[in-house]
Amino acid sequence: MMWNPAHYQRRKLVNAVMLALCGLATLFAVAPLLWILVYVFQEGGRHLSLQFFTELPTPVGVPGGGVVNAIVGSAIVVGIACALSIPLALVAAMYAAEHPNTPLGVTLRFATDVLSGVPSIVIGIFAYTIIVLPQKQFSAFSGGVALAIIMLPIVLRTTEEMIKLVPRHLREGSLALGASEWKTMLQVTLPAAINGVVTGIMLGVARVAGEAAPMIFTAFGNPFFSTDVNQPIATLPHMIFVYAISPYKDWHAKAWTTALVLVTLVLGLNIVTRLITAWQLKRMGWR
Amino acid sequence: MFAVSQAKQRASQSRWQTLKRHLQHGDVLFRVLTALGALTVFMLIVIIGYELWLNSPLPREKFGWRFLVESEWNPVTQEFGAFPFIFGTLQTSVMALIFAVPVSLGIAIFLAELAPAWLRQPLGFIVELLAAVPSVVYGLWGLFVFIPAFVRPIAELLHTTLGFLPLFTGPVYGPSRLSASLILAIMILPTISAVSRDVLLAIPASQREAALALGATRWEMIWRVLLPYGLSGILGAVILGLGRALGETMAVTMVIGNNLALTASLLHPGYTMASIIANEFAEATYELYIQSLIQIALVLFVVTLVLNSIARVLVWRVARRVPTEVRI
Amino acid sequence: MFKSRMIVTGLLVALVGILVGACASATPAPQPTVTPAVTKVVETKVIEQTKVVEKVVTATPAPATPAPKAGSVLINGAGATFPFPLYSRWFYEYAFVDTTVRFNYQSIGSGGGIAQITAKTVDFGASDAILTADQYAKAPGIQMIPVVAGPIVPIYNIRSDDGKVITDTIKFPRTALADIYLGKIKKWNDPVLAQANPNIKLPNKDIVVVARSDGSGTTFAYTDYLSQVSAEWKEKVGQGTSVKWPTGLGGKGNEGVAGTVSQNDGAIGYVEFAYAKQNRLAYGAVQNKAGEYVLPTVEAVQAAMADFGANMGDKLALSIADAPGKKSWPIASYTYLLIYMDQTDCVKGKKLVEFIKWGLSDAGAKFARELDYVPLPPEVHKVVLDKLSKVTCQGKPL
Repeated sequence: MMWNPAHYQRRKLVNAVMLALCGLATLFAVAPLLWILVYVFQEGGRHLSLQFFTELPTPVGVPGGGVVNAIVGSAIVVGIACALSIPLALVAAMYAAEHPNTPLGVTLRFATDVLSGVPSIVIGIFAYTIIVLPQKQFSAFSGGVALAIIMLPIVLRTTEEMIKLVPRHLREGSLALGASEWKTMLQVTLPAAINGVVTGIMLGVARVAGEAAPMIFTAFGNPFFSTDVNQPIATLPHMIFVYAISPYKDWHAKAWTTALVLVTLVLGLNIVTRLITAWQLKRMGWR
Repeated sequence: MFAVSQAKQRASQSRWQTLKRHLQHGDVLFRVLTALGALTVFMLIVIIGYELWLNSPLPREKFGWRFLVESEWNPVTQEFGAFPFIFGTLQTSVMALIFAVPVSLGIAIFLAELAPAWLRQPLGFIVELLAAVPSVVYGLWGLFVFIPAFVRPIAELLHTTLGFLPLFTGPVYGPSRLSASLILAIMILPTISAVSRDVLLAIPASQREAALALGATRWEMIWRVLLPYGLSGILGAVILGLGRALGETMAVTMVIGNNLALTASLLHPGYTMASIIANEFAEATYELYIQSLIQIALVLFVVTLVLNSIARVLVWRVARRVPTEVRI
Repeated sequence: MFKSRMIVTGLLVALVGILVGACASATPAPQPTVTPAVTKVVETKVIEQTKVVEKVVTATPAPATPAPKAGSVLINGAGATFPFPLYSRWFYEYAFVDTTVRFNYQSIGSGGGIAQITAKTVDFGASDAILTADQYAKAPGIQMIPVVAGPIVPIYNIRSDDGKVITDTIKFPRTALADIYLGKIKKWNDPVLAQANPNIKLPNKDIVVVARSDGSGTTFAYTDYLSQVSAEWKEKVGQGTSVKWPTGLGGKGNEGVAGTVSQNDGAIGYVEFAYAKQNRLAYGAVQNKAGEYVLPTVEAVQAAMADFGANMGDKLALSIADAPGKKSWPIASYTYLLIYMDQTDCVKGKKLVEFIKWGLSDAGAKFARELDYVPLPPEVHKVVLDKLSKVTCQGKPL
C-alpha cells in the first residue's frame, strides 16, 4: 500500500498532542508536589535550629525543645521494619517471579495486593493484638513489626515486577555458562533489576517512615530518649500527629518543623542508598 | 574398559551421593527457600484475615448480611450498618485512580522517554520525595491550604455548571469526597509514577528501536509497544496505588468531612472505612462496637480482594492480545 | 556520571530548601520572648478585634530534662486528649522534683485510656468520660480520680450581611445549642437567637453545624450537657463519646472542628476552651440553668464545681454539666485518672500516688491555672486524698 500523507499528518498530530499532554501531566503533578514541599520547608524552616535535632521535647508553654528522641526512635523502628520485611519480600518476590503461574505464585500475588490495601491502622491493631497484648507492654519492636507488614507488599511487588523485566537472554546466558539458578538470580538478575528494587524499598521506607496511625497502638510514644527495643519509643510521624492536633500554635509550628526533618531525612536516605547502589554496581562491573 | 569401570562406579553409588549431587548446585535449596518465603508471606495475610474474622463474631450474629447494606451507624442505639463507608471508600478510591493513573502514566512516560537528560534525575527525585511526605502532613495541608485555594473554587464551578447531575448536587462545603479523591490522587501519584518509570526504563532498547525502525511515531512507539510490554509492571504499580488509596487513613479523615449522608454527590462530605476505624476505634467502649469496627476492616479486606480480582480479569483480557514475550 | 549527577541534584535540593527556609525565617514568626532574669511575667492584653483577654506568659529558658538516675522507673499512661497539655507539663516539671521516675503519657482518647488500663498494658489511664458499669466489671479494682476540670465552648464563624465578620459574643439561650444541633434552629436570624442578641444583626444564613467525628471525652461532656437541657436530645441522640449527630459535618479532633468552622461561613462547633483561646476563635456565652448568660471563665467553672460539691460517692465520678448556680458555666466536666486500687508493682504504685498528690497540691495547681485548667475545690481535694491513702500494693498499704 502506498504511504498515505493524510494518515501520516494525523499520526504526527496525535503524536504531538499526546507528548504535549504528557508534559502537561507532569506539570500538573509536579505543581502540587512543589506546593506541599515549599509549604513544608517554609512553615518548618521557621523554627529549625540545631537544638531541634539535639534536645528532647518540651511541654506546652516551655520554649525550645527538640525531637532527638523521635529521630532515633524512627531510625530504630524503621530499621527493625526493614530487617524484617526486606529479606522476606526479596525471597518471596524471587519465587513469584520465577514461578508466576504456579498456584502458590498466583495466590501470593493476589494476597500481596490485598495486603497493600489494608489500612495502616488495622495493621497497627493487628500488631497490637499479637504482640502488645500478650507482652502487656508497648514496645519499639511491635512498631517495627507493624511497619514491616505495611512495607512488605510494596517491596515484594516492585521487586517481582523488576525481576520479571530483566531480559531473558541475560538469565539464559548466565545459565548457559554453567551458573546455578541461585547464582544467576543473586549475581545476574537481581543486580540487573537493582535500581527498580531500590525504588521499591525506598518507596516502602518513605511510606512507613511517615505512618503515624500504627504507632499509636504499638510503639506508643515516649517523651524521653530510649533505645530499648522493648520499651515504648517516640517516632517522628507520631510526634507530628501529636503536635498538629494540639491546641497550641507553637506546637503547630513544631509539627511543621518535625515534618521538615522527616522529609529531609528520608530524602537523605534515598540519596545515600542510590549512591551506594551505583557504587556497588560499578564495583561489580555493571557500568 | 574405561566405560565399563565407570558404569560399575555409578552403579555402586549410594542414594546419599545421588542426593548430594542433586543438592550440590544449591538450586533445590534455593527453590525450597524461596517457596518458604512465599508461603510465609501468604500465611501472614491469611493470619491477618483470620484474626479479623475471629475478633468480630458479634456483628455477624446480630446483623448478618444486613451489616453491608444498612446505613445506620449509631453507637448509642447499638445499630451498625456499613454501607455509607463502603460506598465512600469505593467512590474516593476509584475517583482517585481516575485522576491519578493518566497523570502518573504521563509523568512516567515523560521521565522515561521525553525529559532531557539533565531534568530526569531531579524530577524523578521530586516525585519520589512526594512519597516521603507523611500522611498527617497531607491531611493538614489539604485541610488548610489545598481545599480553600483549589478544591473549593473548582467545586463551586462544577456545582454552578453541572449542578443538575446527581454527581454534583448539594451545597458546597470545604471538606468533601472530591477533596479526598484529589488528595488521595496526589498521594498515590509518586508510587504509580516511580514504579511505572522504572518499568519503562527497564524495557530493552531493542523494542523501542524496532518500533521506530518500522516507522512508528514516538507516541505510537510508547502506546503500542512500551505500554503493552510493561503492562504487568504498570498494573502492579496501579494496584499498589489502589491499595494505598483504599487504606489511607489519616489524610482522608482530615479532608473528607466525616458525614454519614447517603448521596452520590462528589461535592458532599463522606466517610470511608479507614476513617471510621481511625476515628472511633480508640474510643469504642463496648464489645459490639469494637467488633463492628473490626468487621469493617474485614469488609475492606474483602473489597480489596474483589477489586483486585476485577483488575486481574481485565488485564488478562487485554493481555491475551499481547505477544508471548510478555508475562502477566 | 550517574553519581555526580546525583550529588548535584542533592545539593540543588538542599540549597533550595535552605533558601526557602531562610526566606521563611526572615519573615517575623510568632516567638515567645525569653527574659533570662525574670522567672515569670504575666501580661494581660486585650485584643480589640476578638475582645479576648490574652495572657502572655514569658518563661525562663527551659532547663534541659534532667538525665534520669540509674535504675529510674518509667511509668506509662494513656487516655484523654483534653488534659494532655497539662499532664505533659506536670510530668516535665515532676522530673525535677523526683529524678528517679519518668512518666510517659500518650493521649489516645478517653476510650483508649480505659481500654489500655483494662488490658494492663499501661500503669494508669485517663478519661473525661465516666466509666460505665460494664467497664467497671471488666477492670475490677479500677478507681477514677478527678484531677482538674475544664470548660467546653461553642465556637462560630459568621459574616453579617454586609460581609464583616461578627466579633461580638453571641448569646445562646438555654436550649438553643441543643436545638441547633438537632437541626431545629436552621438559620442564624432565627427568632430564638435574634431575641437573645438584640445588639447583633444576625444574618439570614444557614447554620452549618460542625461536630467531632472521632470519639472523644469532649463529645461525652458536650452531649451530657445537651441531654440535660433538652429531653428531645436525650431521647433522640443521647450521650456518649461518639454519637449519631442528626445534622452537620464531622471534624477530626479539635483542629478538625476548628478548621471546618473557620472555612464555612455560618458555621458553629464546640471545642475545649484552651483550644478556642489559643487559636483566638470567637466563642459564645451560654445561658445557664439559673437563666444567666455566662462566659467560660475559671470562676464560672469553679462555681459549677462548687454547685455539685463533693457528693461524688465512692466512685468519685461526678457530672458537672448544667450546673444550677447563677455564675456557673453549664458545659464543663471533670477529667479523671484511672488507677487500680491494688497495685501490682510496689515501686511504680508508690511513685504514681506521690505524683498524683503533687499534681493536686498547690505546686501542680499553679501549672493547671497557667494552662487554663481549673484545679479541684478544697472539699473535693480532701475526698480524693482520702481515697489515695487507701491504695494498696499486693494487699499491703503503700
